[in-house]
Amino acid sequence: MLLNLYGIRAIYEFEMARTRRTLMQSIVAPVISTALYFIVFGSAIGSRISQMEGITYGAFIVPGLIMLSLLTQSISNASFGIYFPKFTGTIYEILSAPLSPLEITLSYVGAAASKSIILGLIILATSAFFVPLRIDHPAWMLLYLLLTSVTFSMMGFIIGIWADGFEKLQAIPLLIVTPLTFLGGSFYSISVLPPFWQKVALLNPVVYLISGFRWSFYSIEDVSLWLSLGMTVSFLMVSVLAVIWIFKTGYRLKK
Amino acid sequence: MNPILTISHLNKTFESGFQALKDINLSIERGEIFALLGQNGAGKTTLISIICGIVNATSGTVSVAGKDIAHHYRDARSLIGLVPQELYTDSFESVWNTVSFSRGLFGKPPNPALIEKILKELSLWDKRDNKIITLSGGMKRRLMIAKALSHEPQLLFLDEPTAGVDVSLRKDMWQLVKALQTAGTTIILTTHYIEEAEEMADRIGIIRNGELILVDEKLALMKKLGKKELTLQLAGPLDAIPAELNIPELSLSANRLELKYTFESSGEGMGAADVLHKLSTHGIVFKDLQTRQSTLEDIFVDLVNAGGKETSAALAPTATTGEDHHAA
Ligand SMILES: Nc1ncnc2c1ncn2[C@@H]1O[C@H](COP(=O)(O)OP(=O)(O)OP(=O)(O)O)[C@@H](O)[C@H]1O
Ligand SMILES: [Mg+2]
Repeated sequence: MLLNLYGIRAIYEFEMARTRRTLMQSIVAPVISTALYFIVFGSAIGSRISQMEGITYGAFIVPGLIMLSLLTQSISNASFGIYFPKFTGTIYEILSAPLSPLEITLSYVGAAASKSIILGLIILATSAFFVPLRIDHPAWMLLYLLLTSVTFSMMGFIIGIWADGFEKLQAIPLLIVTPLTFLGGSFYSISVLPPFWQKVALLNPVVYLISGFRWSFYSIEDVSLWLSLGMTVSFLMVSVLAVIWIFKTGYRLKK
Repeated sequence: MNPILTISHLNKTFESGFQALKDINLSIERGEIFALLGQNGAGKTTLISIICGIVNATSGTVSVAGKDIAHHYRDARSLIGLVPQELYTDSFESVWNTVSFSRGLFGKPPNPALIEKILKELSLWDKRDNKIITLSGGMKRRLMIAKALSHEPQLLFLDEPTAGVDVSLRKDMWQLVKALQTAGTTIILTTHYIEEAEEMADRIGIIRNGELILVDEKLALMKKLGKKELTLQLAGPLDAIPAELNIPELSLSANRLELKYTFESSGEGMGAADVLHKLSTHGIVFKDLQTRQSTLEDIFVDLVNAGGKETSAALAPTATTGEDHHAA
């Protein structure tokens, strides 16, 4: 047995079944909240804002809104997916199974990322009802969707392993990811900021994700595409290294 | 044939600094039923958890069918089935799905016929579409067993499999375990019901404060268990045991008022009736008598409490007479 494919499939399907059971929470709720953003920012306020970088405001915020959902949902899905077995104790079976750390990570992160990608596409489709959409580089758009979902699912997986209570599970998305996304140019181009704050904004990793993703839609960028892509791939690498370290040391999974 | 499980110089110290296992050495043969006994907190679950990959060992090695659990964990673990002590279940999965899930997890292709057979054997077939949350405690325990059997393990760990299981189902479970053994599965179980170990085990290991203090064939222990002791309170002090009765099994107390006779219940050597008869022919009169018989439970309690004098079997009274007696 080179790769325990049946094992990977078992976990993946288990996680996807959990999504189907919690469809309201994992799909319907984010779609509703995104629709609300469009109504409030896109139509109500957006009608007073003429344009952002030559794009109508409603259309401009679409990539940022998708990113916002992608980041928060990837993290919460993946962290919950691994935290819950730890909480109920059913993790014993995963740990005693002939699965390598890589396989365990692949299954959980794969499932969480799949959900995020599906969710991202649903939000994209929803937004088409509200604003005129344009996607200049569909392949890049999908690549960013994939990279971001995988990276942040991986981060969620790490958070789920690290967390020893539900409070910590929610703290990171709420206290770190949401603010960073809001400040990272979801609703504006960072070029509208004063020069000093533009420099500060470049310390925010989410800026690079949103910039690259928005470029795939409208060919406009806050930072260069290659810098954005390089940073995105770096985040992925950092997460991968963290996961490898966790399994090497048995950190918080094994006593 | 090589042993299915070899443990050597295994130690475990938890992060808290508590040493839960101390230099454990043990070898388990294929096809045997091994009962691991020990008080609460002795280290049974810790030992099992290390073998199964849930807890990291501090030092020492474990191999399953010759495969080291650290280096060849995939080969080792795919041979092992575990029924943990605690009832860890997903509340909202169905019985059928959770058992199928376990099989997949261990890298085995789907086999609905086998899962049907297992669920039927464990009286869970009617519940196959129920959510786990709707099962009773005993049913959940059986579900855990079904999950462990779903991937056809060669080595099965049952950590207190019959806790909370009713009497008739417990008997059924004993039969199931015997049937698994017949089919070639090696079984290691823990239990606080000593009669369960007595009923099922080929060998017994006793663990005390993290040390494996005794490993023996059940039958050898049963020999100790079979020991009986007859105590006679004499009517008056006896100067010496008559020459004819001067055997090591018969002893006189320091105050010369009590005679003790230790004998095998299997009937070898002189029987109790013989001794009583001979005493009466020598005119020795006693006013009271007691017989005591050691059980596995007594041996066990004595071992875990008294600091491990391995040969001493505690004796519990089984019969006491209140009236004065005279040898016939
Ligand atoms: N994670 C842990 N950290 C520190 N000590 C632990 C940990 N897990 C178990 N122990 C300690 O290790 C000892 C052995 O525990 P273990 O669960 O192996 O006992 P056991 O023999 O299975 O007992 P029981 O019959 O109650 O199930 C106990 O003293 C327990 O408190
Ligand atoms: Mg235990």
